[in-house]
Amino acid sequence: MAATTVPENTTQGHARRPTRPAGRTAGTGTRRKVKNNLQAHGFLIGAVLCFLMFSWYPMVREFIMSFQQKKRGVTSWVGFKNLDRVYHDPYFWTAWKNTAQFTLYALVIGFAVPFVVAIVLNELRHAQAYLRVLVYLPVMLPPVAGVLLFKYFYNPDYGLFNHVLKSLHLPTSQWLDSSHTAMISVVIAATWMNMGSATLIYLAALQNIPGELYEAADLDGAGLWSKIWHVTIPQTRLVLSMMLLLQIVATMQEFTNVYLLTGGNGPQNSTMTVVYMVYQYAFSYNNFGSAAALGLFLLLVLAAFSGVYARLSRNSD
Amino acid sequence: MAASFTSQNRTLISPAALSRPRGRLVYRIVLTVVIVVFTLVFLGPLYWMATGGFKSAQEVVANPPTFFPHHPKPGNYHTAWSQLQIARLLFNTLYYAFGALAFQLVFDVAAAYAISKLRPVLGKLILGAMLATLMIPATVLIVPQYMTVLDLPVLHVNLIGTPWAIWLPTVANGFNIFLLKRFFDSIPEDLMHAAAIDGASPLRTLWSIVLPMSRPILGVVSIFAVVNVWKDFLWPMLVEPDPKKQPINIGIRSLSQGVPENVLIAALAISALPTLLIFLLFQRNIMSGLTAGSLKG
Repeated sequence: MAATTVPENTTQGHARRPTRPAGRTAGTGTRRKVKNNLQAHGFLIGAVLCFLMFSWYPMVREFIMSFQQKKRGVTSWVGFKNLDRVYHDPYFWTAWKNTAQFTLYALVIGFAVPFVVAIVLNELRHAQAYLRVLVYLPVMLPPVAGVLLFKYFYNPDYGLFNHVLKSLHLPTSQWLDSSHTAMISVVIAATWMNMGSATLIYLAALQNIPGELYEAADLDGAGLWSKIWHVTIPQTRLVLSMMLLLQIVATMQEFTNVYLLTGGNGPQNSTMTVVYMVYQYAFSYNNFGSAAALGLFLLLVLAAFSGVYARLSRNSD
Repeated sequence: MAASFTSQNRTLISPAALSRPRGRLVYRIVLTVVIVVFTLVFLGPLYWMATGGFKSAQEVVANPPTFFPHHPKPGNYHTAWSQLQIARLLFNTLYYAFGALAFQLVFDVAAAYAISKLRPVLGKLILGAMLATLMIPATVLIVPQYMTVLDLPVLHVNLIGTPWAIWLPTVANGFNIFLLKRFFDSIPEDLMHAAAIDGASPLRTLWSIVLPMSRPILGVVSIFAVVNVWKDFLWPMLVEPDPKKQPINIGIRSLSQGVPENVLIAALAISALPTLLIFLLFQRNIMSGLTAGSLKG
């Protein structure tokens, strides 16, 4: 999304490129230009070096490592062996299935809930500031505090959640201890912790909807749902679709919550995500080549997502 | 925003519908339900955390759980503080967060300023390459980044276990460059010319003209810088293996294994306190900065 706004910005910068205050510098023009350029690159050097070492070079290295293998200190090219090995890992598809499952749950819960909350908050004339602070509170917790707290609540024997369910005469759950509910438990915890920022962004978008649109809808006799469907959602479409892409890309890279809540694998590998598998390859098996190869798979899938998204958003405009 | 309701900020429900008796009743009910549910959902767990820290080892795992601690044990907090060395973990976190902030402010501001205002040769290319990093998902690069930090190219230095391993990679943040450059672009060129005619060097112009005008965007970048370090987990876990040097997220987790549940919960409560306090004090600035500055989730 950033990339779509960038060209527009740079061309703007280009158009406003000043004709350098010439005149007195005419004689020493080139020398001055060289000096200005050196100075400007002096400003750039710190950031450029950091990008070079921690971003650009690792990007290239990611590709190279995917096709290399290190054995007894000797690095050699192995072609597609890493990719092949990762692809035939018995848990390859499990990890993808789990990641897709996490993304899907996160979309159903983590995408819809903040939007509904924002719509409701936007209608309230009282206590709005208090409620906004409440929603944002968990975002400020260190992740470890939120996650380990939820782990305590999820405990099937003495956890708060089962106690609440029991006192409401509802069936209790094994939460993180069952392969059926482990992933959804992770998503609930993650949503609780992170929904604040999405809610605030939606609220800002809702407050930008011109009131006349609702007034016109009222005159046409539109009900609540048709106002949401025909005014609210189309007016916030841009923000919604941007958040959708950001969220898909972020949830496909899930690691922290899963690692903290279930140790990564979870019951019967039910919470093993692709990034956790990358982590295992690299830091448990010390197989950096295969880890890079699996990362490459993930990169391709996410790039495909972004590509489809860019295509769709261009078509609809 | 919530205070004044003219037709300008009218929302889904019309003021007329709200002023009808039935509308007013429904509104009251919805408002009450929302306040109660939100308080339970968002404050409830924090209450449970704070009181859980006061419970005894038996009470904290009691079934059914107790709403108030029967025999409050403030000693848990003391044990957590000394046994888990939370003070050290908190200090480490702050050290990493503010170091990262300083590096980002210096290097990214300078770079964005150079690209936006000094416009050197290849400036556009460098900008494009920096922004292109936004398209690469961060976790994909974890492995090659780790290899790089293990043995820096050319210099052959190992940064593992040093704060540099956390500070320097945060500078390579395309989003900062994007935000700053866009903001600097909006500063009128005339001001720059005026400064140049007065004989101000580029550094002087940056310091005395550009920076004072850029406070809002610097605030946004700073919040993101601190929050990102505060929230990060996988990277610091990999590059800070020494428990004495770990930030709070990793430190509490790695020390949590052999600690009783009630002490652990007390530790969580302590670790949550500083940011919650900062947030409650500055919530107006933080929240407006977060929504106004950008759309990053």
